[in-house]
Amino acid sequence: MSEKRATTGPLPVVPFLKVPDDGEAYLEGCLCTRCDAIFLGQRSVCSKCGARDQMETRRLSNEGTLYTYSIVHRSFPGVAVPYVSAIVDLEGGGTVKGNLIDVDPNPTKLAFGMPVRVTYKDALGRKDCDGNSYLSYFFQPRSQSPRGSR
Amino acid sequence: MSDVYVLGIDMMKFGRFPSMTVPELGARAALMALDDAGLTIMQMESMYCANLGQANGMVGQRILREIGQTGIPVVNCANACASGATAFREAWMSIKAGLFDLVLAVGVEQMGRGLLGGGGSNGISTEGLLGSGTMPAVFAEAGMEHSRKYGTSLEQFAKVSVKNHHHSTMNPKAMYQYETPLDTVMNAEMIAYPNTKLMCSVNVDGAAAAVLGSERKARELGLSRAVRVRASALTSDEWQERDLVMPDINTCTRSAAKKSYEMAGVGPRDLDLVELHDCFATAEILHYENLGLCRDGEGGKMIDAGDTVLGGRIPVNVSGGLLSKGHPLGATGIANIYEVSMHLRGEAGKRQVDGARMGLAHVFGLGSACAIHILERVTQ
Repeated sequence: MSEKRATTGPLPVVPFLKVPDDGEAYLEGCLCTRCDAIFLGQRSVCSKCGARDQMETRRLSNEGTLYTYSIVHRSFPGVAVPYVSAIVDLEGGGTVKGNLIDVDPNPTKLAFGMPVRVTYKDALGRKDCDGNSYLSYFFQPRSQSPRGSR
Repeated sequence: MSDVYVLGIDMMKFGRFPSMTVPELGARAALMALDDAGLTIMQMESMYCANLGQANGMVGQRILREIGQTGIPVVNCANACASGATAFREAWMSIKAGLFDLVLAVGVEQMGRGLLGGGGSNGISTEGLLGSGTMPAVFAEAGMEHSRKYGTSLEQFAKVSVKNHHHSTMNPKAMYQYETPLDTVMNAEMIAYPNTKLMCSVNVDGAAAAVLGSERKARELGLSRAVRVRASALTSDEWQERDLVMPDINTCTRSAAKKSYEMAGVGPRDLDLVELHDCFATAEILHYENLGLCRDGEGGKMIDAGDTVLGGRIPVNVSGGLLSKGHPLGATGIANIYEVSMHLRGEAGKRQVDGARMGLAHVFGLGSACAIHILERVTQ
């Protein structure tokens, strides 16, 4: 990802974060049409069933629920703590790991299964050695959707 | 097919040895194991060596340069925290295959301090941006998955650390030998909730080694202190729904447990002690269930009841475990087998599990690899 480029805009923090020229950022995955396994990003071989070239690209949902988490109090130098490291199941499939923000990092304020939304913002001001800035994804609490969560 | 035996096994006291090189640490343990077997390097027909920090550094050959360059085949193994057990298993396989009668397995590691894991991306660091890749957080998330399913509490996870630190007060080779009461564990610095500092394994330097022998050789040399290897199983991680973002520490342990129980023709109830991979306190409770020591969902109850303390129904990590004995990554798998072997020989001193006949040694390497060995006392 550390590619030199013109300063036309931030780079995606991971390859499965897509930023179309004329639209809003989203997370991309692929679905194995033989066994229905969902993966982040693109691949040609399914690591569940071994099928080759049976993948279909999928735009992943921006809504999901908190599967599990840890509240990180000690990290590497320069990383702001505490923060919530969260694993989120997206509606319609796909599981993503990221920071859960806009929430008190306290176990009493976090509930398994709580509804969250994927939101897209600058990568905490981090830049690579070529001075590029990055667009990242985060999770935010959201109120229960009318459809309910999984 | 004939059995394979542990004819000699030993470990250094784990600690910090900045003035020693990795080959020097490994050489020390290798000589200790050879002495324990009453054999010399000249009799070894092959060697398997586990190390992670210098995985491309031919550590096994450099150990032989310290203790005897006999020209035997050397294989260096890197398999995360299962490296030591992988080297042991490769030695076991080579004897099972009928190639050799006497084989040396060594595990050695020299550790830095601080957090393991995290970082490792191109472009910018994603630590604290896309969650945490540090080991305390990864194993905390696995523990919280158990809390989600069964309501396991911080206090129950913390009790694991109380127990294992207590056990290590009886183990002169453990890094630490002091009690840590429950409030001390729970109020220690929070690293990654629910793992406090005292619920994280200790980064230490160390080495352990074993001499394995064929049945023919074991009978020739005498079986009085030999330990029989009843089962050896190694698994990698099967596909799981969340495993691209959340390493699954459970499934490959379950499949390794199933394979090893089947191979040995025994079940969890036949075990007298277990050394399992308590890299973090959260992991130990998960592995009670993964190894079949209790039913699913009863891991928390098991620690509450004191079932796994020395003197309990099935003592777990009487060595002090990785939490207190220490966790030199490449050495850990052989050190766990050393601990079980000491009990089966009746040589474990103050922490001896009375009348131990059969024990299980388990390690889990994130990424993932799980190795399980079931060992049995030889009845004369």
